[in-house]
Amino acid sequence: MGRLYAIEVIYRGIFQKTLATRITRSIVLAAHEEGKLGISFGRYGDSPERNGIPAKGFAIVGDDQLTLEEGMAKYEPKEVDITIAVDDTLCKGVESWAWYGLQPVNKLLKSGGTLLVTSREQPEAILQMAHRKETPYELAVLKGTVSFSGLWVYKDDHTDVRILGAIARILPGLFTLKSVQKVIVDQWNDPVKAESAARAYERVSSVTVRPDQGDPETPYKFNLPKWHEMGEGIAIPCIPAGAQVEDPTTHATGGFRPDRNPTFKKYTTRTMRPVVNFDTCIKCTLCWLQCPDSCFDVTPEGLYDANMQACCGCGVCEAVCPVKECVTMVNETAFDNNDSQWEAWRKDQKAYEAWLAEKIKSHPVRSHGFRYRGQYEEQVPEMLEVAREG
Amino acid sequence: MATATYVEEQRSIDKTALITGSEAIAVACKLADVDVITAYPIRPYDTVMQYICKLVANGEMDCEYIVAEGEHSQFEIVKHACACGARVFCGSSGVGWMYAMEALTVTPALRIPMVAMVGNRALDDPGAFGVEHNDALAVRDLGWQLVWVDNAQEALDTALIAYRVSEDRRIFLPCAISCDGAFLTHSQALVKIPSQEKVNQFLPRYNRADLLLHPDNPITVAPQGNEDWVMEIRRQNYAAMERSSLVLKEAYADFDRIFGRSYGNPFFEEYETDDADIVLMGMGTLSTPVKVAIRQMRKEGKRVGFVRMRWFRPFAAAELAKSLGRFQAVGVIDRDYSFGSPYMSGVLTTEVRTALYSAAGPKPPVLGFIAGLGGREVTVPDVQRVADSVYQAADGKSQPLTQWIGLRE
Repeated sequence: MGRLYAIEVIYRGIFQKTLATRITRSIVLAAHEEGKLGISFGRYGDSPERNGIPAKGFAIVGDDQLTLEEGMAKYEPKEVDITIAVDDTLCKGVESWAWYGLQPVNKLLKSGGTLLVTSREQPEAILQMAHRKETPYELAVLKGTVSFSGLWVYKDDHTDVRILGAIARILPGLFTLKSVQKVIVDQWNDPVKAESAARAYERVSSVTVRPDQGDPETPYKFNLPKWHEMGEGIAIPCIPAGAQVEDPTTHATGGFRPDRNPTFKKYTTRTMRPVVNFDTCIKCTLCWLQCPDSCFDVTPEGLYDANMQACCGCGVCEAVCPVKECVTMVNETAFDNNDSQWEAWRKDQKAYEAWLAEKIKSHPVRSHGFRYRGQYEEQVPEMLEVAREG
Repeated sequence: MATATYVEEQRSIDKTALITGSEAIAVACKLADVDVITAYPIRPYDTVMQYICKLVANGEMDCEYIVAEGEHSQFEIVKHACACGARVFCGSSGVGWMYAMEALTVTPALRIPMVAMVGNRALDDPGAFGVEHNDALAVRDLGWQLVWVDNAQEALDTALIAYRVSEDRRIFLPCAISCDGAFLTHSQALVKIPSQEKVNQFLPRYNRADLLLHPDNPITVAPQGNEDWVMEIRRQNYAAMERSSLVLKEAYADFDRIFGRSYGNPFFEEYETDDADIVLMGMGTLSTPVKVAIRQMRKEGKRVGFVRMRWFRPFAAAELAKSLGRFQAVGVIDRDYSFGSPYMSGVLTTEVRTALYSAAGPKPPVLGFIAGLGGREVTVPDVQRVADSVYQAADGKSQPLTQWIGLRE
């Protein structure tokens, strides 16, 4: 039996689907240049994809047909040589819309495998987000703004070929730089893209992640019931209504916090989150009304606290808020917990205001997808600069 | 439309009326106090909707009577009403039943105890309207309980039993009562109509309990689920269908006790089998020419019996195999077809053979016969030809595994 290779690409549903597919297809084609056989596929349960939902694409390659079939006999790989996260906020974990539970980003990595992340952050910041893993692995950061290159109209920023070049370096047994460059030129007829792959190949480096590094939180789990434990008739009891909210300082109760599904959190869909200025809020209710996920808790004094257990980061609250910088979307990499902002504000107003100002200043808005025409073009110079430096 | 020939009498008195199989089903709906009925015309099922309509118009029956714009909606409406706790009735025939197929597939999956009448009709094309059983048989794998009746009395009684079994919390599966087009749906016979009191004693109110779709019991029904859930859901339906045999037996025993009319074995009827050398089998109204032919053959010294399958789902395989093991050969007459099936026979033949395969006892040869398609008459000489062939098989002589009977050739 020959060597079996498996690589997964974790991406944001729809916006990065074409990007992920270009990567997994090119892996197979490049390996085939060297006589290997492979398949490229997406996780069926993630299809049709939803905006921002973590989804997965895979490439499986074997030295020969029988080896490949060993890999194909599984619904999807149980372990991979490389996990590629094409959005760094995915490092907080993966929960697809078809509900497989929250998976740590590095869950499928073999011991000594590589987590390759496109990010502007340093490895230390990535490690704050990724859950701890019992076995050591390598973390490689490919410098770049997160590529939301699109589904139908592909805004090529060379993220695909830079990742392919990095793979040639990380896993040289899979394919050489020369092979992947040939595949790049064959597919896209662009020598500049082949050059981008070579630069990523030269520059990529990794750090070893020990088992004691990473987010120590245990990802939430749920047990699948046995058939005779499940309710019949494909009927699901509703979630209870909810209860009042308690003020952490005065212990007064009031307002309303709806109960939420304890196991289906959805928050890994988030690439950014709203931060709320409670001092300037005029209690107009618009964020609470418009939120498609009912994520706002009503506080005893009638303010609206975006609950990070339920927020998908869509940005509707920011869009409807009539007060400047009362609700501001901030990149998810800036946060290491899902704690209540309102409680922090109640406990220490001055500290919260400083925290809020820092978040808004240092972590500018970046949405999955583009929210107005021309936003992509505006970001191109910055992307180029980051890539050039990286 | 003919005037209904029965009149309302006192609640406690049984009475007799001259009514069709369809009308008998309509009377059962009235006695069962069905809450929501949907209708869309197609012959021969439309007779039952006409009779129910008349009962409502005459003030004899109180129900929501909704004429849908097609069979798909017709079955969807009652499905939803049933989820909300309403006792429901619906029905169709032939391609109308097939047009409702999407609704028919989700009904057992959601554990909806809908009772439907299928006025069996040949599937188009050609646009024939005579009886064939392929319409009802199309749902045989999906969790529908399927029963074939052969007279108007049995139609009425079986409808009451169907509500009792389907709405049992252990089951919550739909039931389709098949009535042969023309031979049963359009022919009037004397039927004993039980008193309302007895019916009330036999048939408890429908209680959807924890699955009731109601603001006081907020639930989500029929969400999407991935591969983590589907097998468990199917296994639940498997268990419900498995329990159906037991609950059917209980219901028939109670029916006998309350109405004083016994059907013996609920799953199949045996006729002249005690001393039989060979038996014929079939479903629905072809029982009449078969029984007449058997009486004639017995005068000639041929000991032929008949087994009429009543319940096709659940299929009483073990009991049937035990019974058939007593005979030297079996001839199954299918009023349906299953092109490309293992023996190119009808559906019932294949199932009977399957039932015998794993039986511990003797396994007599089983011959398949396709007859009476599209409503063609199955004649007494036809039945005699079938019996002759089965006798040949009993004597160890080679016979074709599937034969067409009554075909111009």
